[in-house]
Amino acid sequence: MPAGTLYRGREGMWSWVAHRVTGVLIFFFLFVHVLDTALVRVSPEAYDNVVATYKTPIVALLEYGLVAAILFHALNGLRVIAVDFWSKGPRYQKQMLWTVMGIWVVLMIGALYPILGHAVREVFGS
Amino acid sequence: MSTTEKSAASGIGPVEGAGETAYSVDNPAPYIEAPRQRTKKTPKSTRGNFEMAAWLFMRLSGIVLVVLVIGHLLIQLVLDGGVSKIGFAFVAGRWASPWWQTWDLAMLWLAMLHGANGLRTVINDYAERPNTRLWLKGLLYTATVFTILLGTLVIFTFDPNIR
Ligand code: HEM
Repeated sequence: MPAGTLYRGREGMWSWVAHRVTGVLIFFFLFVHVLDTALVRVSPEAYDNVVATYKTPIVALLEYGLVAAILFHALNGLRVIAVDFWSKGPRYQKQMLWTVMGIWVVLMIGALYPILGHAVREVFGS
Repeated sequence: MSTTEKSAASGIGPVEGAGETAYSVDNPAPYIEAPRQRTKKTPKSTRGNFEMAAWLFMRLSGIVLVVLVIGHLLIQLVLDGGVSKIGFAFVAGRWASPWWQTWDLAMLWLAMLHGANGLRTVINDYAERPNTRLWLKGLLYTATVFTILLGTLVIFTFDPNIR
């Protein structure tokens, strides 16, 4: 590739990449999530066994990552909608992205204890 | 098609059908239709508005999903002890109520259709060979229909006294 021709978009491009990656990730998770929930039709034990693995510290960490992906996709999705339908949306797209990131950081901090609290207690003992 | 004839007297010949058609004394040149103008002779478009409907659906379903999904995360992962409380008994308690059954059903359908349509876009963007596209989309649609049907069946046939 000739030097200097690689397109490097700014915030808009990276938010688009992140929106795409998180969207695909959430879809694959949802597929698995419907399968595991379907175990309630097999037996209470089958379901409870799988859910027990969801309560382990490692899965709690994965869960935190999943919540991070969903919250970003949801908030940035609202921004995309505002860009498309709000007459001033395109002009404020960058400010809206930083607003999205701000809200996302606050929510992720808020989710720390509820989602990771039990994992920390298990690993380090309470 | 010529309707004008030179007459020595006026310089502008008689105009046939003036006033009724595109021709008139003041506008002797034939009216030329805009190239893209749709007329009765234009062949019917073979494409519908599917892509526009899909675009709109992504946005409308997105707005509804914000409420459904964030509510779901709050209930399952944050309130009332977080994941620790989840188990068969918890599911049975929630699905005893038609409200939560409807909530989960709507979330399942909207999220699956929204995600599947999003993935269709991604496949369209990156898979270039016709065969690859065909197989990937076939796989996507199969998995989507399967997941929606399975999930719907589970919500409707859930039996708290299975054992
Ligand atoms: C929580 C609320 C959600 C909102 C507000 C939202 C919003 C959006 C919007 C507006 C788009 C269109 C982007 C565009 O046309 O450029 C989109 C794309 C997408 N969404 Fe969502 N979405 C949500 C949840 C989900 C869920 C639950 C899934 C997975 C099952 C998902 C998967 C996708 C995928 C795969 C795309 C395509 C990405 C692309 O074309 O780059 N979304 N989302």
